[in-house]
Amino acid sequence: MQPILELSGVVKAFGGLVVTDEVSFKVLPGEISAIIGPNGAGKTTLFNQITGALKPDRGSITFQGTDITGLDTQEIVARGMGRAFQITSIFPEETVLDNVRVACLSRAGHTRQPLKGLGAYKSSTEKAMALLTSLGLADQAHRLAFELAHGDQKLLDIGVALGLEPKLLLLDEPTAGMSPEERHLTRTLVQKLWKEFNLTLIFIEHDMDTVFGIAQVVRVLQQGRLLAEGTPDEIRANPEVVKAYLGEEL
Amino acid sequence: MEAASDKKALLFWGLFLVVFALVPISRNDYYLAMANRILVWGMFAVAFNMLFGVTGMLSFGQALFFGLGGYGVGLMVKYLGQAWFLAGLGAGVAAAAVVAYLLGYLVIRVSGVFFTILTLAFGQLAWQITFRWYRVTGGDDGIQGLVPTGILGDHIVYYYFCLILVACSVWFLKRLSASPQGLILRCVRQNPARVRFLGRRVRRNQRRIYVISSVFAALAGGLMAGVDNSIHTNMLNWTTSGEVILMSVLGGIHQFFGPFIGAAVIKVIEDVVGARTEYWSLIIGLVMMTMVLLFPRGLVGEWVSFKARMRSGGARKEGV
Repeated sequence: MQPILELSGVVKAFGGLVVTDEVSFKVLPGEISAIIGPNGAGKTTLFNQITGALKPDRGSITFQGTDITGLDTQEIVARGMGRAFQITSIFPEETVLDNVRVACLSRAGHTRQPLKGLGAYKSSTEKAMALLTSLGLADQAHRLAFELAHGDQKLLDIGVALGLEPKLLLLDEPTAGMSPEERHLTRTLVQKLWKEFNLTLIFIEHDMDTVFGIAQVVRVLQQGRLLAEGTPDEIRANPEVVKAYLGEEL
Repeated sequence: MEAASDKKALLFWGLFLVVFALVPISRNDYYLAMANRILVWGMFAVAFNMLFGVTGMLSFGQALFFGLGGYGVGLMVKYLGQAWFLAGLGAGVAAAAVVAYLLGYLVIRVSGVFFTILTLAFGQLAWQITFRWYRVTGGDDGIQGLVPTGILGDHIVYYYFCLILVACSVWFLKRLSASPQGLILRCVRQNPARVRFLGRRVRRNQRRIYVISSVFAALAGGLMAGVDNSIHTNMLNWTTSGEVILMSVLGGIHQFFGPFIGAAVIKVIEDVVGARTEYWSLIIGLVMMTMVLLFPRGLVGEWVSFKARMRSGGARKEGV
């Protein structure tokens, strides 16, 4: 099977600090995988390069068979990549519905329309409501986004990404800052969304229950290098990984 | 819910048109001129606020486009004759569209306070040109005797001409603000980084609204030439840009009609207080200070939140 995403020899340095060091891997369509690693391992920087927010110094990134290295974020997103953020990134003064609806409208190519009200775009509105139902946010659809609890804002962030109907979805620490119960709910939800929307999903995560609970493939980054790649069982048994996470229960 | 708000909107527009349409009955040229000024500046302020309150771009140089509209009319009439009044209006608006499009590539490269300063700089540059280029623009003397062509030369007919143009413009801007394009503009203000992750280009959307807002600023400037029967370099000075900012803040930048109400209040203060004392700007200063310190949402913003508080207070009482 052809990989949906392929990184080969990606390098990025800030001054003398190499934050991505010859990273190569392939992600197969339909796969749900995790990227783990200590703070500063270059996980978010890697996401930034995949989504075009940063340009790699060297190497190439291929998405669905086309080279997207150096393309702008808008172009990459238009090709079917979505992303949710570590620090929640929503439109705080719009309603929960409009946060998702703007993504649906963008996907349908309606965002230049200057005359008709939002309600006139029935299919985008219905799609947004259906998404909010999947996320369990439907009863808060008409509240302003900043009024939501932290955990719900993180879900809304994912909802904005899903409104674009991405083929590949990148989640940056979906359970960050959540209580253990919320984390458990989110884990189940992410797995449900992955199946429901036929996504290829890559997530960065520190919570090991989430990583080993739902990922089919785990990739370990350390100081910008890909230290190991494999199934959860292989990663757990990998002595180098154990050394990197010395003292932590995997 | 949708039907109720439709009815409310219809009522509002009906009331707006009836009130302004009835002003000529007073047969008072002073009231007519004031109402005309409120209409034109109200449109200018609403269009400006699409840039400022909606998209988050504080331009301190909209005087440039207001002036372009005015000088479009002024220069056409001065050099080609009175029959060219309307053509001048169109030329000013078209020139503003072209200038805004080209200037947009320069000033929208930067954001925040740098955008504000750049727009101010270009505005002052244009002001200096009209000020110094005496041979063509008449410099500080401005251009007088700008009487609209034909039946538009009648004060009342010209007033209705302005009313129709303003109503259509404000109606268009209102639709725009409620449309998907309007939603994207609000998103650009709140979180431009995320807009890129919606697959949309931030600067392209900013340029689009910069051109739209500037076109209506030029239309306002051109219409004012017919209201005052003259134009002056002051139209291009930074104080004009400042005045339209004051109007928006006074009325409330997060309410569509806020700037229109702000424009009405400031024009009335200017006229009423200005007739009694030359220190009228002191009163405007005091009003602005009070508003910003005590009622930061602006007149319309405070009114809307007052209504919301009353409603939720009432609901609580019903609950008990």
